[in-house]
Amino acid sequence: MNESQKKWIPIFLIVLGICFVVIGVWQQETADVFRKAVNICMECIGLG
Amino acid sequence: MFSVRRSIFAWSVSVLVKKMKRHLRLMVQVCFTALTNGYAAGFAKGTIYKGSTKMYCVPGLNCYSCPGALGSCPIGSFQAVVTSRDHIFSFYVVGFLLLFGAILGRFVCGWLCPFGLVQDLLHKIPFSKKWKKLPGDRVLRWLKYVVLMGFVVILPLVVVDIVGQGQPWFCKYICPSGTLFGGIPLIVSNPLLRSALSWLFAWKMLILVALVLLSVVVYRPFCRYLCPLGAVYSVFNPIALYRYRVNEAACTQCKTCQTACPMDIPVYQTPNSAECIRCGKCKAACPHQAIVSTLEKSKTPCQEKCGGMSLKK
Repeated sequence: MNESQKKWIPIFLIVLGICFVVIGVWQQETADVFRKAVNICMECIGLG
Repeated sequence: MFSVRRSIFAWSVSVLVKKMKRHLRLMVQVCFTALTNGYAAGFAKGTIYKGSTKMYCVPGLNCYSCPGALGSCPIGSFQAVVTSRDHIFSFYVVGFLLLFGAILGRFVCGWLCPFGLVQDLLHKIPFSKKWKKLPGDRVLRWLKYVVLMGFVVILPLVVVDIVGQGQPWFCKYICPSGTLFGGIPLIVSNPLLRSALSWLFAWKMLILVALVLLSVVVYRPFCRYLCPLGAVYSVFNPIALYRYRVNEAACTQCKTCQTACPMDIPVYQTPNSAECIRCGKCKAACPHQAIVSTLEKSKTPCQEKCGGMSLKK
């Protein structure tokens, strides 16, 4: 793979990342994250 | 008289700039940690922030149960989504990691991770013999990928209860960041949580204490051997927009970069190693300024003489 081809890989991944984030928001995954993050996560802090 | 004053002023400014440059990474780490963990009331009240910013991920390992946290840890968020009954994959978190990974790679580990900052500070504690790496380093480095696949992806998806809900295995059994930034402050300030202590907290404290002690002797043991977020970003290091390049014409292979590298990477051979956290010590140490990032242009005479560089990318 030459350098000019290699330059496009991060660009492609950034575009893919943006698409994934949009799909995730559309699927309301942010609601799952929010629900978990605004309550004290007992497992995370080691309380079971 | 006026010119003497002016030259003293110019000298003090240049000293200040040099000092700031030397501590730039530490300043960025402290500022970013303070910015993303700015809910001071949480520490006083023994609660956590419940505002809308909690739906957004932060790039580093930053437990959302830290009383000060204003955002969410991507590893915790991924497990939260895949262990819910509605999803088996998180486009949101994977997309976020693709974005940050493709732009910065493990620059996030070196500059933006709060637990990385803690390990950096611990390693500044003087100790009679500092180790460059642990015995079995080559094999141990693979452990973080095992943790990523096993504790973050497979176990939360496969081991489910009667209603199909899994557990955040990494957060529950391994994450020292959650214990340090979430568990300890909450338990200190919240008597109700203190009464809920069990063997699990003892286990997580054991992991935390072991890593704290190890961090004094070895540079960033958690990032090297256990961190699943570091494992994700490490994959992007060779292809991220922010990379290092070695000017082969200027490099004499003196290994000064490897000696300066706290992760013991032979930068002159592998400038974009999966272990590189982009701390920049190799760049600063290189006597020939042969290491440059993709944001910089090489200052070596070769560029002027040859009109270009033979670069290891």
